[in-house]
Amino acid sequence: MNRHLVQRLGFAMLGLAALVVVVPILLVIGTIVARGMGAISWEFLSAMPREGMKAGGILPAIVGTLLLTVGTALAAIPVAVGGAIYLAEYARDTWLTRAIRLAIINLAGIPSVVYGLFGLGLFVLFLQFGTSILAGSLTLAIMTLPIIISTAEEALRAVPVEFRTVSASLGGTRWQGIRNIILPQALPGIITGVILGLLRAAGETAPILFTVAAFFLPHLPRTVLDQTMTLPYHLYVISTQVPGMPPQIQYGTALVLLGLVLSLNVVATIIRSYYRRRRQW
Amino acid sequence: MDRLGRVRWTEFAVETLIRVLGFSTIGFVALIFLFLLQQGLPTFFEIPLGNLFGTRWYPTFDLFGTLPLVLGSAMVTILAMAIALPLGVATAVFVREVAPDWAREILKPMIEVLAGIPSVVLGFFGMTVIAPLVRESLGAPTGLTAFTGALILAYMALPTLISVAEDALDAVPKSYRDAGLAMGATQWQTIWQVVVPAARSGIVTAVMLSMGRAIGETMAVMMVTGNAARMPLSLDSLFRPVRTMTATIAAEMGEVAQGSTHYHALFGIGIILFLLTFIINLTASSTIFKKRHRGGLR
Repeated sequence: MNRHLVQRLGFAMLGLAALVVVVPILLVIGTIVARGMGAISWEFLSAMPREGMKAGGILPAIVGTLLLTVGTALAAIPVAVGGAIYLAEYARDTWLTRAIRLAIINLAGIPSVVYGLFGLGLFVLFLQFGTSILAGSLTLAIMTLPIIISTAEEALRAVPVEFRTVSASLGGTRWQGIRNIILPQALPGIITGVILGLLRAAGETAPILFTVAAFFLPHLPRTVLDQTMTLPYHLYVISTQVPGMPPQIQYGTALVLLGLVLSLNVVATIIRSYYRRRRQW
Repeated sequence: MDRLGRVRWTEFAVETLIRVLGFSTIGFVALIFLFLLQQGLPTFFEIPLGNLFGTRWYPTFDLFGTLPLVLGSAMVTILAMAIALPLGVATAVFVREVAPDWAREILKPMIEVLAGIPSVVLGFFGMTVIAPLVRESLGAPTGLTAFTGALILAYMALPTLISVAEDALDAVPKSYRDAGLAMGATQWQTIWQVVVPAARSGIVTAVMLSMGRAIGETMAVMMVTGNAARMPLSLDSLFRPVRTMTATIAAEMGEVAQGSTHYHALFGIGIILFLLTFIINLTASSTIFKKRHRGGLR
C-alpha cells in the first residue's frame, strides 16, 4: 500500500480517537443539561428540601458547598502560595527540594477516600473537631495543595529573571522583590491555579463522606463546627440511597453541581488567556 | 529598632515562614501515613493473616478477606487502562503532531473540562445512562458491572494520560522530527518510529500517573460497579458486579462502630491503597526526574 495513503488513514484514525474522547464529554454535559434544565427554578435553588428530599429545593447543599469551598480556600491558599514561593524563589536543587517535589506528586496521587480516612483520624477524632465544616475544609485544603502549588510555582517561574535582578539592583531585598514585583506579575497565574484547585475541592465527595457530610439537615449550618449538606454528597444520596427519587430532581442537582464547577473552569480559562495576551514580557 | 534593622528582621521572619510552608508538604504526607497507621495497624493484630488474605469479605461474620477487593480494584483498573491507553496516546499524538490549530483549540479545553467534571456526576451519568445500555446489550440482570466501571474510569484517567503524554511528545526536540523527515520518512512514519519512541519514558510516566488516579477513584466506581465482594476469577466476571477497595471504605465507614475490628480493617485497606499509590507515583516520578537531565536541541 502507498505510504502516503497509510499516513492519510493513520491520521484519520488519530482524529477518530480524539472524537471518541471528546464526544462522550459533550454527551454527558448535554444529557445533564437537557434533563436537568426542567428542574431549575428559583424555588429549587432557594428553598429547603421537603417530603424526604423528593420536593422543594437544594439550598442547604448549595450553601454547604460554598461554605466548604471558602473554608478550603482560606486554609489552602496561604500554605500553597508560600510553598510555591519557596520552590520557585528560595529552593536550591538539593535532595530536600527533591523530597518536597516527591511529596507534592504523592499528595496529588493519594486516593480521595484515603484523604477522607485521614481527615477522620486527625481532624474529626484526634483534634476533636467532630464531623464539621472545619474538619472537611482542612481535609479538602490538604488535597488541594498540590494543584495550587504546581500552578503557582509555574506562574512564578514564568516571571523573567530580569525582574529579580532589577529589583535587587535598586537595593530591594529578596522579599521586597517578591512582594512588590514578582507576586503581582504572577498573580493571574496563581489565581488560575487557586480556582482549578477549588473547583476540584467543590466537586469532591469521598474526602467529605466522614468529615462533614450530612444526609439531611433541616436547617443551614450555623458555626464552623456544624455538619452540612453538600452538592456532591447530596447527588450521591439522592441517586443511590433514597428509593423513588424523581429523576428530575437528581438531574437538576447534577446540573447545579456541574454548572458551578464548569463556570469556575471557564473563569480560570478566561483569566489565563486574557493575561497571557496582555502580558508584556 | 532602626529602619534597616526592621527590614532585616522582616526578611528573616518571612524567609523562615516560607521555608516552613515549603517543607509542609513533606509533613502532610508523613502525617497522612501516620494517622492511617495509627488507626489501621491494629487490624494486623486483631485479624489472623489467613483471614485477612482470604477470599471472603463478610465483616458481619468476621470474615475480612481483602483478596476479592484487591482483585476487584486490579481488574477494573487494568481494563480501564486497556481502554484509556490507546485512546489517550492516539489523542495526545493527534493534538501534538497532527491536529490543525482550530482542532487543538477545541480539544485541549474539552479535555480540561473532562478533568473538572466531579466524579459523582460521572458516576450518576454511568448509573442512569451507561448501565441500562450495558444491561440491554448484554442481556445481563444488571448493568452495574466491572466493565461499566472500567469504561467510566477510562474517561476519568484520560485527562492525566493525555496531558502528561502530550508534554512528553512536546519535549522531543524538533531536530528529531526534521531528521526523520529528511531521511525520506513520511510524517506518520516519523511519529511512530522516531517521536513516540523518544517520548517513551514520558508516556510510561503518563500511564503510571493515570493508573494511580484510576486505582484511587472512589465515587464513580462505587456507583457503577454494583459492589458485590466476590472473587473475579473468570473472564465473564468482567460483566458482573465487582467491588473495589476504595468503594468498600466509602460504603462501609459510615456504618461501623469506631474502634471496632471492622473499623480498623477499613483503615487497613486505606494503608494498602496509600502504599500502592505511593509506589506507583514514586516510580512514575523517578522517570520525571530523569527526563529533566536529558539533553538535546529544541
